[in-house]
Amino acid sequence: MSTATKTAAPSKAPTTEGATKKADTKATVLRILFYVLVIVIVVFNLFPFFWALLSSFRPSNELFSTKLIPNALTLDHYVEVFKDPRFVQSLINSVIVAGSTVLIALGLGSVCAYALGRLPFRFKGPVLYLILTMTMFPQIAILSGLFVMLRTLDLFNTRQGLVLTYLIFTMPFTIWVMTQYFRSLPKELEEAAYVDGASPLKVFWEILLPLTMPGLVSTGLLAFIAAWNEFLFALTFTITDQMKTVPVVISQFTGASSFEQPWGAIMAASMVVTIPLVIMVMIFQYRIVEGLTAGAVKG
Amino acid sequence: MNNYQLPSYGRILPRCILAAVAAVFMPAALHAGATIHFAGPAGGAELDFTKKVAEEWAQKTGNTVQMISRPNDTTQALQQFQQYWSARSGDVDVYQVDVIWQGICAPHAVDLKKYYKEDEISQYFPRIIENNTVKGKLVSIPLFTDAGILYYRTDLLQKYGYNAPPKTWEEMAEMAKKIMDGERKDGKSDFYGFVFQGKSSETVTCDAIEWVYSYGGGTIIEPDKKVSINNPNAIKALEEAKSWVGTIAPSGVVTYDEEPSRNVWQSGNSAFMRNWPYAYALGQDPKSPISGKFDVTILPKGPGADGKNAACLGGWQLMVSAYSKNADVAADLVKYLSSAEIQKRRAIELSMLPTRPALYSDSDVLAKNGWFKNMTEVLQNAVARPSTVTGADYNQISTAFFQNVNQVLSGTESAQDAVKNVEKVGKRLMH
Amino acid sequence: MIKEIDLYARQKRLAWFLIAPSVLVVLIIIAYPTIQVFVYSFMKYKLDGVTPPSFVGLDNYSFVLTDPDWWSAVINTLIFTFVSVILESVLGLAIAMVANSKFKGRTILRVAILVPWAIPTVVSSKVWQWMVNDIYGVINIVLADLHIIPQKIAWLATPATALPVIIAVDVWKATPFMALLLLAGLQLIPKDLYEAGSIDGASKVRQFWAITLPLVTPTLLVALVFRTLDALRVFDIFYVMVGGQGNLETMAVYNQQQLVSFLDAGVGSATSVIILIVIMLFVILYTRFSRTSFE
Repeated sequence: MSTATKTAAPSKAPTTEGATKKADTKATVLRILFYVLVIVIVVFNLFPFFWALLSSFRPSNELFSTKLIPNALTLDHYVEVFKDPRFVQSLINSVIVAGSTVLIALGLGSVCAYALGRLPFRFKGPVLYLILTMTMFPQIAILSGLFVMLRTLDLFNTRQGLVLTYLIFTMPFTIWVMTQYFRSLPKELEEAAYVDGASPLKVFWEILLPLTMPGLVSTGLLAFIAAWNEFLFALTFTITDQMKTVPVVISQFTGASSFEQPWGAIMAASMVVTIPLVIMVMIFQYRIVEGLTAGAVKG
Repeated sequence: MNNYQLPSYGRILPRCILAAVAAVFMPAALHAGATIHFAGPAGGAELDFTKKVAEEWAQKTGNTVQMISRPNDTTQALQQFQQYWSARSGDVDVYQVDVIWQGICAPHAVDLKKYYKEDEISQYFPRIIENNTVKGKLVSIPLFTDAGILYYRTDLLQKYGYNAPPKTWEEMAEMAKKIMDGERKDGKSDFYGFVFQGKSSETVTCDAIEWVYSYGGGTIIEPDKKVSINNPNAIKALEEAKSWVGTIAPSGVVTYDEEPSRNVWQSGNSAFMRNWPYAYALGQDPKSPISGKFDVTILPKGPGADGKNAACLGGWQLMVSAYSKNADVAADLVKYLSSAEIQKRRAIELSMLPTRPALYSDSDVLAKNGWFKNMTEVLQNAVARPSTVTGADYNQISTAFFQNVNQVLSGTESAQDAVKNVEKVGKRLMH
Repeated sequence: MIKEIDLYARQKRLAWFLIAPSVLVVLIIIAYPTIQVFVYSFMKYKLDGVTPPSFVGLDNYSFVLTDPDWWSAVINTLIFTFVSVILESVLGLAIAMVANSKFKGRTILRVAILVPWAIPTVVSSKVWQWMVNDIYGVINIVLADLHIIPQKIAWLATPATALPVIIAVDVWKATPFMALLLLAGLQLIPKDLYEAGSIDGASKVRQFWAITLPLVTPTLLVALVFRTLDALRVFDIFYVMVGGQGNLETMAVYNQQQLVSFLDAGVGSATSVIILIVIMLFVILYTRFSRTSFE
């Protein structure tokens, strides 16, 4: 590897001074364009978020003015939100429900994906399609069926019941994506291990799984966010404040009358709810890159 | 050995004393009250008030009340309740239901007539009781009411030489145009003459039924099941409303429900507004730009002899679940919450409209809410949407109505076609 | 020899053990609701608490399939799906590639691209709805001030202007989903392939077509399948932004209206089955088109 780069470098050396300058300006221009692109992407993605963030600090009577910059900033909405005991309890519930959903989906899903991706099994296609059919129903279509089922199993108004229904939209996609990941790993990694006498489980745990870290992190994050923000099932399957999750509690915020949307409080609550997700992404995102480099060194 | 064995009455007496002491110091335990689950208001000041009042009842009667939360959005709330009703669940005993849900709730409600005497029922507004009676069953008791009213800027009317609010829609349109042109010339480029709710949802059913009824065009489907919507008065009413869009009303009014229209009004950018009473207190708040500059009155009527005043009936009621295991106790809570005393407190503390006509001439209530004196006329003229006659099919007729009206307002359909389409759906449902 | 057969047998056994739990979970959760939907679709069943259900054969299906509102919903859904999924894939890949390169501020970009997906849909739909408000919306204000449009537009009032806005909002929201999956997919491509390509004198563009695109295609296809299924079932964004408008319904909005608003479990269930069939057709199309067997 290193010798290759050493020989490559000299051949790239420019021949004239003029050519160097041209190459440099071209490189700088491209660089600037690249950074402009980055800024455009960041602004486009974040603008509504910042607008919502700004709204959460705007005093109530200014929420609908045409002024882009408010006259004053206030923490009233955040105080209002945290004073509501339902909100704090719902944060806890959301963490438990979303966390459990991801753990189960990744736990069951990744081993299933390993089997579908790398082990001999006659019914791979049918199994994959069976799992996919779970996601083909609109949520509303299976709502009452699930409602009846949860009541019969005595899981109505429980966090476990909710987790069970959340597996419907997290498992299929986890299994499909991870199966793809496992399939694309080179066979040589395993063969060496098998020659050494390792068991299939050991191969999975020590060699293949670490390499699929980018996939695990991506699906885990996406599954967590999906479970965190899910509304319809949470609304229908929980009835007491003890069990409700954040999106449901936010939907219960009212102003003085039933027509008013307490915009400020809703924005403040949404910020409180989104910022932990953002922090989680910051922590986990470098893992997406780490996965393959770690494996390459080993190989 | 047992020299000190007491005679038999000596053994009973201490026990009696113990029981008596217990009865004095542990009344709740002995009365062993029921727990009533109440799906009431979603939140805010109303929920706080309701919790307080329900607690009072609980203390008085030795029962417990547990509040069940529900979403703020009425459609979501109905969806949630329907899951319980179709499962015949006894999880909730008392529901706070919308005025238009009577037909849907009827099979799942206890007939409240058996808990009220004739003269007690007559203390409520007759139109609301009529609305809440489905096939002879009193499905729910009115808790507080709502009706569409006309808000007008007193300062602007004065400025442009008008000394009274408009009596007919045509008058209103004329005044609105004059004021709007004047204000725009003065530099207020975002000023409009009239704002209302034109959004394709239940909200425009309310506005439109007011227009149609006030022109003498009926209420889409009459209480005797006749589908009346396809008539010249109704067509005229819709065409008049269409003429306001993009002229005296912003073209975006076809996407407005209550809050967006209130925002235009409250920021001082409209001469007139049609909305529910909730906007009154908000507008009078000292921080509001229009504080002290407006008043309310009954909505204008249509032209000619057929013209009548109309106000779409809104408001919430209390019903007892047919699947409740404590129906009698639940009904008692309902009676307490809708009693004159509690409604008076509600009117004073929350400025919510009571459902008892007598309270509108009560001096304490009027001291806090002077504008209530205008409301009696409004509520006597309240027009109910055809929810009771259509029952579980109400949403279908309302959807047909609001979708077609919205298309008339945005110019994609003629009023004639609109009423024909609604009539078709109505006939299908009423066959 | 024997060791190989032994290993094969062990692998087969292990496969059953690892796959069975997931399949069982799937079956348990989905079995009852699926059966219920199919059974009700053949019945006249109004959820009014009074009318008992009765068998009506294919009546519900013919009602839906002859309802002009249904077909308008199908067309809206197809237009929405087609345009938004294509935009999301292209933009997603572009963003993933930018996020994949080494540069200062990479972390901020990677976090930024996930934010739209992280905000609850009801909240972001409301924010966008407010931003396109015909009087106070910041988009109207900016566009009018810059004289790009003659006067402020009520974007959500009619389908011609509302549909593009809704698609734009969905692209904003869902591109992160594609970008994140594609980013992870890009990680699977060994870096030395690019080095070899550079040595051979291949330009960046050529490297993209010859190396990146073929190797990221498997991931792209899986992401496409799920994104398309989500788009075909789109509900939240339409419901919040233009819910109620008769000519802006999607299949899921129509379904919701029948089941919840009209309390018609019969027609509603038939609609659900029809939607299921439409979606299955798409999946079959995908497998044929991509000629990738998922075996």
